Amino acid sequence: MAEPQRARPKPTPETQHFWDGTKAGELRLQRCDACAHVYFPPRPFCPSCASRKVSIFKASGKGMLYSYVINHRPPAPGFTPPYAIAVVELDEGPRMMSNIIDCPQTPEALELDMKLEVAFENLDDKITLPVFRPAKG
Amino acid sequence: MRRNQVAVVGAAETTELGVIPNMSQIQLHADAALNAIADAGLKLSDIDGFATAVETPQQVCHYLGIKPTWVDGTSVGGCSFMLHVRHAAAAIEAGLCKTVLITHAESGKSMIGKQPRYTPPDSLNGQFESPFGVFGPPSMFPIPVLRFMKTYGITHEQLAMVAVVQREWAAKNPRASMKDPITVSDVLNSRMIAYPFRLLQCCLVTDGGGALILTSADRARDFPRKPVYILGTGESVETPMVSQMETFNSSRAFKVAGPLAFKEAGITHKDVDHLMIYDAFAHLPLFGLGDLGFMPYEETGKFIADGNTRPGGKLPLNTNGGGLSYMHSGMYGMYALQESVRQMRGIAPAQVPNAKISVCHGVGGMFAASGTIIFTNER
Repeated sequence: MAEPQRARPKPTPETQHFWDGTKAGELRLQRCDACAHVYFPPRPFCPSCASRKVSIFKASGKGMLYSYVINHRPPAPGFTPPYAIAVVELDEGPRMMSNIIDCPQTPEALELDMKLEVAFENLDDKITLPVFRPAKG
Repeated sequence: MRRNQVAVVGAAETTELGVIPNMSQIQLHADAALNAIADAGLKLSDIDGFATAVETPQQVCHYLGIKPTWVDGTSVGGCSFMLHVRHAAAAIEAGLCKTVLITHAESGKSMIGKQPRYTPPDSLNGQFESPFGVFGPPSMFPIPVLRFMKTYGITHEQLAMVAVVQREWAAKNPRASMKDPITVSDVLNSRMIAYPFRLLQCCLVTDGGGALILTSADRARDFPRKPVYILGTGESVETPMVSQMETFNSSRAFKVAGPLAFKEAGITHKDVDHLMIYDAFAHLPLFGLGDLGFMPYEETGKFIADGNTRPGGKLPLNTNGGGLSYMHSGMYGMYALQESVRQMRGIAPAQVPNAKISVCHGVGGMFAASGTIIFTNER
């Protein structure tokens, strides 16, 4: 029997650029051309001022650990507990859910406000997930 | 909305609560509805307005044999029933219907006739949360907790005391699922579910249901039960993605719904005799106390740990034992409303003496939605 698989995102026309970005090793956000608001998740208008004039740009990939849980049970398919489910606050402002790699999944190692940087994890030839690791230096 | 124009004249839960392996979810709706109709001294044919969540109004109306002229299928999670009360009150005042039945039921434990939850992979949740290992409410709802604790200096022991105090209330309630006393140590040594929360800080998973019947306050005097009036109401939604909340230091939906209800009721916090804050997990009463303006967030953990919300305390909170100890079928808001109504009728198992105003605050999803109803037994 095949191992249960991690949930795979299925892009929509409005989010395709984000998933194209992660596949290319870029974390892409959107910025409103009218009011400069930077936002996530993707959509073709500004959720702050409703302008349809928005631009896609490559984010710095830097952020900090805003909050998390360490999930013990029940684990999601494809995950081995305990594992952290984190919310990362990007330097550009938006927050996103992710996982923290290259770091023990413990309260002692996962310090709130710790600096993080993006990394990319290939799920298959179509989908690459943005994950984060403790920033170097 | 005008104060005290609409009243609850019928209220009941399912005949059994807890594990009900011999009843499907739709039958649990019917069981609760028939109990509430009997409580109000009505016939099914008297019902001309109907509201429910998860199941559609047409499913439950057909099953019960109701022919409504007004329906509401608002389904925003466990506080849907607070929103139904608000909407029903407005509909009755507007003359769209006279007698509204609101039902909730969930075969949360036995899973009979219940559709499993499904997050489509092309939804925003499916794209931007599911791939990172969220799997059910215990892995999502506590995600804001560590930030909230750090911001306000809340301790693990204080969050454990939420469960301890609610078990004290549950011990007074024959229908509560869990009645044995627990200590902070018991909570902090119970099985880890999703750090920082352990088993005793997570809600129960049970079967059950409840139903309410509302009509105009003028008609309410002719019913067998003491009327419980709708004094104030509020509602809001924020986001279905817990990661996208504006902040983890508060809930925007709570901060909209709660103060709206207080303003409409024309009361201050000192007027509140009895309080229900939907406790799917142990942090929710802290968010609720802060977001509804009872006290600064920094004081919420100490307030509960010091015993102010326990039996005999100055602010009786979650007096049925709450979702942590009474029951939690998945959408607990109906049971919080039932307890507020019992307290206002003066018939609760752990009755708060002379309680005249009850605030009932609900959450839907993971801070996705909120509804607040303020009841009174005086007009």
